[in-house]
Amino acid sequence: MRQMGAKAQERDTPAGDLRLANLTKRFGIFTAVDDLSLTIPQGSFFALLGASGCGKTTTLRMIAGLEEPTSGQVLLGDRDIARLRPYKRPVNTVFQSYALFPHLDIHENVAFGLRRRGIRKVTEQVDRMLALVQLEGYGRRRPAQLSGGQQQRVALARALINHPQVLLLDEPLGALDLKLRRQMQIELKRIQTEVGITFVHVTHDQEEAMTMADTVAVMNAGRIEQLGAPADLYEYPATAFVANFLGQSNLLAGEAAGSAGTDVPVTAHGVRFSVPADRARTDRGPVYLGVRPEKLHLVDSVAQVPSGHQHVEGVVTDASYVGVSTQYLIRTGWGSEISAFVANTGAGRQLPVGAPVVAHWDARHAFLLPREAGADSDRTTPLLDEQPPVGALS
Amino acid sequence: MTALAHVPTTSGQSAVPPPAPRRGRRRLLPYLLLLPGAAWLFLFFALPLLQLAAASLYDPSGSLSTGYSLTWAFGNYPDALQAYWPHFVRSFVYSAIALVIALLMGYPLAYGIAQKAGRWKNLLLVCVVAPMFTSFLVRTLAWKTILSDNGWLVGLLRDVHLLGADGRLLATPFAVVLGLTYNFLPFLVLPLYASLERLDPRLLEAASDLYASSWAAFRRVTLPLSMPGLIAGTLLFFIPATGDYINAELLGTPNEYMIGNVIDSAFLVRLDYPQGAALSFLLMAAILAVVFLYLRRAGTEEVL
Repeated sequence: MRQMGAKAQERDTPAGDLRLANLTKRFGIFTAVDDLSLTIPQGSFFALLGASGCGKTTTLRMIAGLEEPTSGQVLLGDRDIARLRPYKRPVNTVFQSYALFPHLDIHENVAFGLRRRGIRKVTEQVDRMLALVQLEGYGRRRPAQLSGGQQQRVALARALINHPQVLLLDEPLGALDLKLRRQMQIELKRIQTEVGITFVHVTHDQEEAMTMADTVAVMNAGRIEQLGAPADLYEYPATAFVANFLGQSNLLAGEAAGSAGTDVPVTAHGVRFSVPADRARTDRGPVYLGVRPEKLHLVDSVAQVPSGHQHVEGVVTDASYVGVSTQYLIRTGWGSEISAFVANTGAGRQLPVGAPVVAHWDARHAFLLPREAGADSDRTTPLLDEQPPVGALS
Repeated sequence: MTALAHVPTTSGQSAVPPPAPRRGRRRLLPYLLLLPGAAWLFLFFALPLLQLAAASLYDPSGSLSTGYSLTWAFGNYPDALQAYWPHFVRSFVYSAIALVIALLMGYPLAYGIAQKAGRWKNLLLVCVVAPMFTSFLVRTLAWKTILSDNGWLVGLLRDVHLLGADGRLLATPFAVVLGLTYNFLPFLVLPLYASLERLDPRLLEAASDLYASSWAAFRRVTLPLSMPGLIAGTLLFFIPATGDYINAELLGTPNEYMIGNVIDSAFLVRLDYPQGAALSFLLMAAILAVVFLYLRRAGTEEVL
C-alpha cells in the first residue's frame, strides 16, 4: 500500500494542494456557496462541517465537476480544473447514496474507473483494493446482496482504486447505524493514512468531523465560519455559530469596554466577569462570554470557589444522569439557564433539582465572542440535544 | 433445537389444534383464483389453436361447400412456404426496418421524457399514448390521406424536387414501413420509458466521476439498465408488426403485401382454410424462433 501512496505522489505535479479561490455558486437568487477561498494541503484529511443547506455538498460537487461554479477557481496544484468535465479530473467521489452500479458485480464496480481509462489487466488491482477494504471474496456478488456497511466500502474501493489526487466523501457514513459508523470512521482514517491521498469529507456530524479530520472547516450560509484543527475549534471558537454547532456552549450576553492589562472585563446581567485577552475575539461592544458545560464546576457556596475562577449562582432545574456524567440545567439569578456536565468520577454527589448551587470556571477556559447588537438573550444549547456532547460519550 | 422438538408434542395436546381443513382451503386458494383466467385461456386460446392445428392438416382438395377431412396432410406446410416465402421475408424485413427507425426515434424520446422532461413528463406521456384513443384503422386511414398523391405533402416534396414529377409516397414500401413505425411506436416507448424512469441519475454522476464520457456512461450504465424495457419494447413492437396486414393493405399495393395479408385472404377471400392455418403456424414458428434467438443474444438474465 505504500507503493500506492508513492505512486499517487509521483503523479502530482509541483504541489498537489487543492485550492478553492473565490468560489461562488448561485442557484437563481439563492447563493449556495459565497466567495469561498481555502487551501487543502496535499495528503491531509479535511472536513467540511455544517448543517444541511450550508453549501458544503455544493462545494464538494464543484470540486468533483458535477456542478459548475458561477465564478471562482478550483486549483489542483497550479491547474484550474473548475471547468473540466468530471471525467477529466483526477478526483473521485464516494457518494452519499454510494451509487453502486446495480447491474455490475462488485469486481466490475471497483474496476469501472480503470476500465474507462483503457486498463485491461485489472484483477490484481481490484483484489488488492477489495483486501484493503476487507471485502476479499465478495467480487462476484451484486451490490444488492451486500449490507449497507459493505456497500459503503465498495464505494470507497471503487473511488480509491483510481489513485485520485483528491478523494471526496459526501456524507459517506450517513446511512449507517451508530456502531458501524464508529467502526468505519476508524477504518477510513486508517485507509487515509495508508494511501496518503487528500481526503475531503463533507459531514453534518461534528463528532465524525472531529474524530477523523486533521483540519475542520465549519460552514454556514455558504461561507466558512472557522477553519482549524478540531481541538482549536472546540476550545476557542471564533463565532457563536461555531461555539454552538461544535459541541455545546453556554453563551452569556454581555458588554465589554476594552481590555485592561491582560484581561478583558465583561459585564453581563449586572455581574462583572473577566476573560484573558488572548481568549477574546473582540474586546469591546456587545459580546458573548462563552464557557463549555464540562468546564463548569459545581459547588455549594461562593466560599468554595477557588481564586482565579469566575462564578455564577443559581438553582438546579434539571438533572439528567447519562452514565459518564450528569448533565445539569441551572437557572441563574437573571432567569436564563446554563448547562453543566459533571463527570461521574465517583467523588461528589448528585445534586437534587431545586438545590442552590454555585457554578464556577477557570477564566482561562472561557472565551469572548462578538455578538450582534440585537441578540440580547443568553444562548445555551439544549441539554437534551440529539447529538451526544463531544468528549462526554465517545 | 429443543424448542423445535417440543412443537409436535405440545401441538397435539394444545387448546388450539392446527386448523387442518382451513390450511387445505388456503392451499387451494391460488388455484381457485387462477380458474377463471385458465378457463378463458383454454376456451378461447388453447381450443381454437388446436382447431387451427387440425385445420392446417386438412385435405387441401376440400372446400367449405364439400367439407374438409383431416388427412394429416403435412404437405400443406412445404406447399404454403413454397408459394408465399417472399411474403414471409417481406414481413420480417419491413418490421425490422420499422423497428430500427422506431428505436432511433423512441429511445431518445423515452429517455427525454423519463429523465429530462421535469414537470412536462405526464403531458408528454399523454401525447405518446393519445393516438391510441382513436382506432388503429382510423389512424392508418389518416396516413392514407396525408400521403395521397394529391395531398399537400406529396405536392410540397414534388415542388422542392425531393420527389419526381410523378413520384408518390402512397402505395410504396416507404408508406408501409412508415405506417408500421407509427402504429407500433408507443408499444416500444412505454416499456422503455418505464425502465428509464427508474434509472437513478446519480449513477450517471458516479460514472462520469469514474472517467466515463457521456457516451461511455450511456453504453455502460444507461443502456444495460434499460435492457429490460428495451427487450420488452422491441418484442411488443416486432411481434405485432410482423403479423400486421392493415398497413400493407391500406398504405401499400399487393407488391407490398406482408404475410398477414396472405393469411387474411386465405381465410376470407380464397377460403383455403388448410393453407391459411398452415401459414399461421409457420408465422408463429418463425416469430418464436426470432424471439428466442433475440433473447439468447440480448441476455435473458434481465428478462427471465
